[in-house]
Amino acid sequence: MNVFDILGPVMIGPSSSHTAGAARIGRITLALLGAPAVKAHILLHGSFAKTYRGHGTDKALIAGIMGMETDDERIRFAPELARDAGLQVEITAGEIPGAHPNTAQITLTDASGHQVSLQGSSIGGGNILITQLNGMEVYITGQYPTLIVLHRDAPGTIAAVTEVVAETGANICSFRLSREEKGGDAVMNIELDSLTDPDLAKKIQRLPNIFSCTMLKPV
Amino acid sequence: MEFSFNYHSLASIIQAAETEGCPISQLVLRQQAVQMEKSEEEVYQQMAKNYQVMAACIEPGSRKNLRSTSGLTGGSAYRMRQRAESGQSLTGSLLSGALYRALAVSELNAAMGRIVAAPTAGSCGILPAAILTMEKEKGCSEKDCVMSLFTASAVGMVIAENASLAGAEGGCQAECGSAAAMAAAAITELAGGTPKMAGHAAAIALKNILGLVCDPVAGLVEIPCIKRNASGVAGAFVAAEMALSGIESAIPVDEVIWAMKKVGDAMSSTLKETAEGGLAATPTGKRLHDQVFNSPHSPAAP
Repeated sequence: MNVFDILGPVMIGPSSSHTAGAARIGRITLALLGAPAVKAHILLHGSFAKTYRGHGTDKALIAGIMGMETDDERIRFAPELARDAGLQVEITAGEIPGAHPNTAQITLTDASGHQVSLQGSSIGGGNILITQLNGMEVYITGQYPTLIVLHRDAPGTIAAVTEVVAETGANICSFRLSREEKGGDAVMNIELDSLTDPDLAKKIQRLPNIFSCTMLKPV
Repeated sequence: MEFSFNYHSLASIIQAAETEGCPISQLVLRQQAVQMEKSEEEVYQQMAKNYQVMAACIEPGSRKNLRSTSGLTGGSAYRMRQRAESGQSLTGSLLSGALYRALAVSELNAAMGRIVAAPTAGSCGILPAAILTMEKEKGCSEKDCVMSLFTASAVGMVIAENASLAGAEGGCQAECGSAAAMAAAAITELAGGTPKMAGHAAAIALKNILGLVCDPVAGLVEIPCIKRNASGVAGAFVAAEMALSGIESAIPVDEVIWAMKKVGDAMSSTLKETAEGGLAATPTGKRLHDQVFNSPHSPAAP
């Protein structure tokens, strides 16, 4: 803990969990899509579903999806800006069984039809946790540089990826793997203490059995 | 570099500052620079940016037509400022100035403006109002004002270590109470008080808000949060004034923080940000909830 955990963050009000955290969930979804979104479907659960209009949670999520930071004064105009930018947004209030009270499911589509869908929660003080990516379990806090490696479940793939990470001198602070089924789609969720090579994601992308590799900067 | 204090107790920080014969803020800046592996100048500049964001809240926050996203609040800071600047205020320019500034920052927060969580968004008006009022009304230098934020942060860190800064865990005493204690210590230092006096000011401010519940109408950071920010900065000045006169808190500040934690634990969950008790559960509180979330005419409705 330091003084800026007490005095900070600089943010757009009114609520760190309902506004700042929501913007961060939106930003991570955009980063995973890797291109501007043209369509966004957002399902809200719990307190997000009940109070989003008063807290501006919808505006903050849309702002994040458009790449805005948590202290961007344009957040309150995000729905209008999305309309002007040709981003089509649909928001539904619903129920996600077992989810944290402040949870959103977001599906984004880019101009080429590529889709990303995730589930994220705002867990207090603006901190977030992404728990699902394309239906697979992940654990992304957005506090560390994080590699998201979508791959085919095949022997030796993890060793190959971690070897490339080791060659760049980066230290892994958490590693998670989940898969749809044996031999099917799988995701590696790797948090690093620091990013030592900006081309790390590209290097991993070249390995066999890798569908895509995204480097998420801390948000 | 070794330091003879930590953030487990304010007593250790006050003791270290008294021994070194320097204000709490200097000691905290020095320690934080070491902890963050940055220069003191870099850490100071980062805090100065926070102070600039705080200062930039006052004008937009006291606009006449400012309304919150829900439509429930806005315009109080404008009224208070008119009165403060008319010279007719009951309590003089210092207190009325502090009140309108606290209202301005809080109303700006509710209107989705840019603020510094201090320590939270719900209590973001208290500390800026206290320090900006010391600059504008008492002629404190900007540098001293920025430095005083390190003293405020030290109080906040000790509370975070030993109790909580979240309304959902400790009620409003944990948010506005902590902010008032932080502000009281900072004001005391700015007014030339000793580290010991700053500790007593923090203790007195927190004691006077002990037990305050978090009962936001419609679950929004507006009613009663905005006016509690005004009340919080008033409490900070009351506590600082007493401490500066040499009045001491009979209960030491670290024990007051301990008591705040115990009171928070004992508080019903209906009174901890769930909007199920207190003012949120009154007939008017419920009606306002329906007005925001169930009325087609509300600005916040779809």
